[in-house]
Amino acid sequence: MATKASRSAARMMMAPAVILLLGWMLIPLVLTLFFSFKKFLPLRGDRWENGLEWVGFENYVRFVSSSAFWPSVITTLIIVGGVLVITVCLGILLAMLLDQPMWGQGIVRILVIAPFFVMPTVSALVWKNMFMDANNGLFSHLWRLFGAEPVSWLSEASLPSIILIVSWQWLPFATLILLTAIQSLDSEQLEAAEMDGASPLARFGHIVLPHLSRAVTIVILIQTIFLLSVFAEIFVTTGGAFGSRTLTYLIFQRVLESQNVGLGSAGGVYAIILANIVAIFLMRIVGKNLDT
Amino acid sequence: MGKIELKQVTKRFGDAEVIPPLDLTIHDGEFTVFVGPSGCGKSTLLRLIAGLEDITSGHIEIDGKDATTLVPAKRGLAMVFQSYALYPHMSVRKNIAFPLKMAKMDLAEIDRRVEGAASVLNLTAYLDRRPGQLSGGQRQRVAIGRAIVREPSAFLFDEPLSNLDAALRVGMRMEISELHKKLDTTMIYVTHDQVEAMTMADKIVVLQAGVIEQVGSPLELYRAPRNTFVAGFIGSPKMNLLTGPEADKHNAHTIGIRPEHIDVVQSDGVWQGTVGVAEHLGSDTFFHIHNTGLAETLTVRAIGDISLRHGDTIHLSPRMDEFHRFDKAGLRIA
Ligand SMILES: Nc1ncnc2c1ncn2[C@@H]1O[C@H](COP(=O)(O)OP(=O)(O)O)[C@@H](O)[C@H]1O
Ligand SMILES: [Mg+2]
Repeated sequence: MATKASRSAARMMMAPAVILLLGWMLIPLVLTLFFSFKKFLPLRGDRWENGLEWVGFENYVRFVSSSAFWPSVITTLIIVGGVLVITVCLGILLAMLLDQPMWGQGIVRILVIAPFFVMPTVSALVWKNMFMDANNGLFSHLWRLFGAEPVSWLSEASLPSIILIVSWQWLPFATLILLTAIQSLDSEQLEAAEMDGASPLARFGHIVLPHLSRAVTIVILIQTIFLLSVFAEIFVTTGGAFGSRTLTYLIFQRVLESQNVGLGSAGGVYAIILANIVAIFLMRIVGKNLDT
Repeated sequence: MGKIELKQVTKRFGDAEVIPPLDLTIHDGEFTVFVGPSGCGKSTLLRLIAGLEDITSGHIEIDGKDATTLVPAKRGLAMVFQSYALYPHMSVRKNIAFPLKMAKMDLAEIDRRVEGAASVLNLTAYLDRRPGQLSGGQRQRVAIGRAIVREPSAFLFDEPLSNLDAALRVGMRMEISELHKKLDTTMIYVTHDQVEAMTMADKIVVLQAGVIEQVGSPLELYRAPRNTFVAGFIGSPKMNLLTGPEADKHNAHTIGIRPEHIDVVQSDGVWQGTVGVAEHLGSDTFFHIHNTGLAETLTVRAIGDISLRHGDTIHLSPRMDEFHRFDKAGLRIA
């Protein structure tokens, strides 16, 4: 991209993609903003053709003042945070294990990646019915085996259960990215540290972790984007009950269960704001790893 | 302190025996160079001494004490790697201080030693930079600095100069030699470059396929190579090795004559041939000569600039007392 001609050619060639992307993102965003200032209850007879009533910030005020709002924000943050902590920690451990030469490495790696290919709805159903069912789930049998009272996971420990399910899905992604990062670590660095008298733990802390910081940053950023909008896992398991209602789920309920498009759109705008706040925080904390 | 002894040391990777039984003594304060072609097991041998690789059988003694099963950190050796192996996320200061920090030395002493090493290696101005912001030569010096602050009983270098350009290589070669004179510590230096070996070593160990071909001072190896391999490996340009009728005249299977021991004469030479490639360096001229009836090519080194060109006929006269004679097995005939 050195000359003027090649630069303008590059711009021309990128233009369709940029315009498509902009349209793709801008149109839904503008529509959401538009609806959020309108009263739009299709079941009460509000129609686009009849013109929608402008209500100013009423939807926004109602959405925040609803008793469900703050708990849903907290729930969202707990799920995102919990899944991030579990996937990053276990991901680092698994990546280090998979990096060791062992028998059947190829098959083990494929098995580790497998959960990523299972659709969220399916994996949530499997977890719900196969593992977490209070009567016939594998966990209940395990509990009974040790003489303990089975837990009805999804109602008594709904958040940890959902975090577990979502972590199971995202662990392969984290492991895969971290594994490639670990494999790119120069083994001579570890040997140098070994000669310098660093214990295995010190080698991990001083050499491996700093080397992984960039990959961890990427894992956290990408996962956060997707985890903020976790939906299927909640829909299939608890249906938003037992304190597992996230902001996304709340918006879904407002729009589809209460058929209040305006209110849901206002919630959507709040979700955008929440995502941006989280993103700014993350960038502040971990983003500087990307520069160096 | 820094005497290293290998007794019947062997190393296998699976079925491949990389080091057959090997005995070697490296005396305290000696600058020993392991030299040999790529893949001959130099690095492996060095890593066995460092403890980064387990030996298959045999014993390693350091300062008279058995170190065969000692972990690397406990052997009191410091290693400089080919890739430098600096810690990229740490400043130069932290890199150099790392071994001391791991030894839980007190901070004032760490600072004193780091400053000391930095001033010896001209790194004081770069202490707060990251390795990524340094040139190759500076990185190399940081790696050496990290080794010297530990005050080890011996230094191990694995091809430390092979990533540097030619000019820098000559400079660093001298710096390492100077360092050896100053510290007076045992150093083991691995290289595939016989020029480095000749210029730096007190003692050269020539290796081929894990076997020690010869041990001796640079001039011993130059004057009396024990076999044809050493004869061909040590010295630049390579020694001419001739077989056939010419060798029979000397009652040997193979005879060797170094390019610098063949004189170019005007006429009536013992040998003659046509000049192939002529490399004019100004101070010397290297001729690669064909059609001598002795060997495919004969290399001759003449002092000064001799104006013979490609295709010219050249007359040669070898110095009779400089012939090396080898028997059928390639061993030197005294
Ligand atoms: N970890 C290893 N596993 C299997 N073979 C190895 C290993 N390390 C080295 N080798 C083999 O040992 C031989 C000597 O290698 P090396 O010591 O690195 O040679 P050099 O440093 O002299 O070039 C080579 O043939 C190489 O393929
Ligand atoms: Mg090597």
